[in-house]
Amino acid sequence: MKINEDNPITTLVSSVVAPFIMLFGLYIVFHGHYSPGGGFQGGTMLAASIIIIRLALGSDIGQLQFPSRLGTPLGSLGVLIYFSTGLTAMFFGGRFLDYSFLPVAHTPSHQRSLGILFVEIGVGLAVMAILVAIYDDLLGEESDD
Amino acid sequence: MKLVNFGIIILFGLLLIYASAGLPNRGDADAVLNREKSPAGSQNAAAYYIRKSYEDAHTPNMVTAILADYRSYDTLGEETVIMTAGLVCFLLLRKRRKDNED
Repeated sequence: MKINEDNPITTLVSSVVAPFIMLFGLYIVFHGHYSPGGGFQGGTMLAASIIIIRLALGSDIGQLQFPSRLGTPLGSLGVLIYFSTGLTAMFFGGRFLDYSFLPVAHTPSHQRSLGILFVEIGVGLAVMAILVAIYDDLLGEESDD
Repeated sequence: MKLVNFGIIILFGLLLIYASAGLPNRGDADAVLNREKSPAGSQNAAAYYIRKSYEDAHTPNMVTAILADYRSYDTLGEETVIMTAGLVCFLLLRKRRKDNED
């Protein structure tokens, strides 16, 4: 690898901008069931905020923020959240992924709204973790664990 | 040969422009897609979603209601595809790196 030159402009801009991108990504994931947005878009923005730190400040600081060994487990956890939402609805007497049987709210329409939220959280987590994991794998760099 | 290829491309471009003139206007209530019933007489899915998605899922975001509620099997498959892509990248790229080291 090349020696990471300390460029004050890229360091400052990326470290100021990345938290706002992350906040906006979280907003898009968690408000995606009510306003435009959703898991795929929000997960991509979260991954962008992590990757911008890795690009500008180097992989060592990026590893402190999001270790690359967490990538694939978190992606699998996202799929598991989606799947277990469907299985919970099945357990409480509905069909698979029929959110109106989830034990979270009183009216079926609110239950389905919250079910969409759970599913979107799972999608966002999986998309973020997998995008960062693919970036790390393509870079071929690995921390020493 | 190059001239023939160029002519075919121009021809297809003209064909697409000609075909786009026959599309219905956006938001046209009388277009076949936006009608309550299809020409065969069955109910259109789009009309049902527009009318019922707020009652069913209590979200004004119709796209999300279709994506994650009515068509949630499809989204589960998409997410599984993304996870599989990540796993395959992990397996292929990490393995080769280790072989180079040994």
